[in-house]
Amino acid sequence: MSDNIGRTVFDKVWDAHVVRSTPGEPDLLYVDLHLLHEATSPQAFESLRLAGRRLRRPDLTVATADHTTPTVGGVERADPLSRRMLELLQTNCGDASVRVFPLGHRHQGIVHVIGPELGLTQPGRLIVCGDSHTSTHGALGAMAFGIGTSEVEHVMATQCIRQNRPRRMAVTVEGDLPPGVTAKDVALGLIRQVGVKGGQGHAVEYRGSTIRALSMEGRLTLCNMTIEWGARMGMVAPDDTTFAFLAGRPFAPRGDAWEAAVARWRALASDEGAVYDAEVALDAARLEPFVTWGTTPGQVLPVSGMVPEPAAAEDERALRYMGLHPGERIQDVHVDRVFIGSCTNARLEDLRAAAAVARGRRVHPGVTALVVPGSASVKRAAEREGLDRVLVEAGFEWRNAGCSMCLGMNADSLGAGERCASTSNRNFEGRQGAGGRTHLVSPAMAAGAAVAGHFVDVREWAR
Amino acid sequence: MTPFTRHTGRAVPLDRANVDTDQIIPKEFCVRVERSGFGRFLFAHWRREPGFVLDLPQHRGASILVAGDNFGCGSSREHAVWTIQDAGFRAVIAPSFGDIFRNNCHKTGVLPVVLPAAEALMRTVAGVPATEVTVDLERQVVEVPDGRWHFEIDAFVKDCLLNGWDDIGLTLRDERAIADYEARVPTALGAPVEARESGQGDPR
Repeated sequence: MSDNIGRTVFDKVWDAHVVRSTPGEPDLLYVDLHLLHEATSPQAFESLRLAGRRLRRPDLTVATADHTTPTVGGVERADPLSRRMLELLQTNCGDASVRVFPLGHRHQGIVHVIGPELGLTQPGRLIVCGDSHTSTHGALGAMAFGIGTSEVEHVMATQCIRQNRPRRMAVTVEGDLPPGVTAKDVALGLIRQVGVKGGQGHAVEYRGSTIRALSMEGRLTLCNMTIEWGARMGMVAPDDTTFAFLAGRPFAPRGDAWEAAVARWRALASDEGAVYDAEVALDAARLEPFVTWGTTPGQVLPVSGMVPEPAAAEDERALRYMGLHPGERIQDVHVDRVFIGSCTNARLEDLRAAAAVARGRRVHPGVTALVVPGSASVKRAAEREGLDRVLVEAGFEWRNAGCSMCLGMNADSLGAGERCASTSNRNFEGRQGAGGRTHLVSPAMAAGAAVAGHFVDVREWAR
Repeated sequence: MTPFTRHTGRAVPLDRANVDTDQIIPKEFCVRVERSGFGRFLFAHWRREPGFVLDLPQHRGASILVAGDNFGCGSSREHAVWTIQDAGFRAVIAPSFGDIFRNNCHKTGVLPVVLPAAEALMRTVAGVPATEVTVDLERQVVEVPDGRWHFEIDAFVKDCLLNGWDDIGLTLRDERAIADYEARVPTALGAPVEARESGQGDPR
């Protein structure tokens, strides 16, 4: 621990959770919130049972159904295997006295959307989940990272996690984002700069005037994508935006406890002169809306750009897989499908951005476009604002909450060769369906592609 | 966990960088509640390509996977490690790994060897597929008949792997420290206050 020099928000949260620290061993850390879902928990529950162990703190564990849920109809619409996973989640949680939000519950939704919106995600908390996009929760100043199923079982049994302290990295973004450029573009621009393994072994803190000016939704998007460049966690020090977002949420403190919590949370900000092991700077003014052209998020170009000449064997393979040619303008590339959803971009602000582009326009006849809200609550909120009507009138399909076509574990997936503009986080080969071709974009860019039938610079539509 | 001490076998060269866990085990094969039986789905999409390296006769029966940089990036699915293990692999050698994948290997008993010289090894086994490769965790070396490379590994992880220690059992020995922490720092999520939904539309 570093008492005399300035500490970062990461150091403060880490140090506060050390149960035992022994030289030469990873630290044993206490977990404040363990989030579960149906895809990575069944094997952990089973092993725990076989070992004759019990959940140490079911009261600090919360589960939701998201990865395999059908987005049309209820559990009866799931295929038999998915249905078994969904039912097992409920049985396991019931047996272990874990709070669960199953399909049909008003709080059900993607685990990384419901945590913040219910106020379960709070500054200073250590949060883990068997899902790599757990980095999302760092947007509120929590320390949050994805773990595997063996670690899920470990947290179930001990409420602790063993971790080597990562190195600290500051990502400083300064300046005003140009109109039409979003948090998603900050994330993609960053990955373009540092590469898909640039963050390996690091805990990232996002800071600078651009980050301060981002909404909480935008910060969630940015922290969500942290794993896509290899860092397991991304944090934003809590500030007034954070507190305004949390106030009044179901699990947020109230009354005197709220005041005390805010005072405690304010003190989490990194100290003046805190030291980082690595620093990256990004100029917001130079960012554009981005579109990925390849099969990693690092294979990305500005919407004004052309598909590049391959620089490595991976690029050649990616071009072949994506059916693209060097020198082709990305705006000339046609899409068959559009997916607006995922833990990256399916919050209310994202749906508003998509609806703003869709309003008064029609989805291109050659395109099938899906909107999947991040949670049941986001869905209700969007419907209260009439966003569903705008999108449906424009020809988008309006679905129920879940992970859906981000990874296509349910019925929503791409066919071989189908090309999709997607607001999700991974354009890996086959991610959205075997042979499917994914281009990552922001919600407004996805909506624009749905209408035009090819990628467009949506900034031109706003003028 | 399966202990890992020393293993000798043939290696298959998978000369690709950024092999993500969606390639190792595509999502449609993850819809299962079991931990076993994933092996036949290893690289299921890539295996549809004729001549995929894992299916070449000269690499059949290999038990070591040599791959490019950033192996196992992406999703946290431990299914990726279970799949590799179930397909008969005991070690994966690459210049670097996705952090969560590497952790998952440590918990399962598949040895992830971070080897900056993985490319040289890749050339060796691609040139002579019958090359016997030895991965010795105790001495932290990878050996082939005409070459030898040292690798680094966290001392604690090494101990756990050599002994096949049950991670949970180990932590439960710290029961006193955990209970002390719980007494010192009471943690609770509290009961939710369900308010009428309004304006911003979120559940508050």
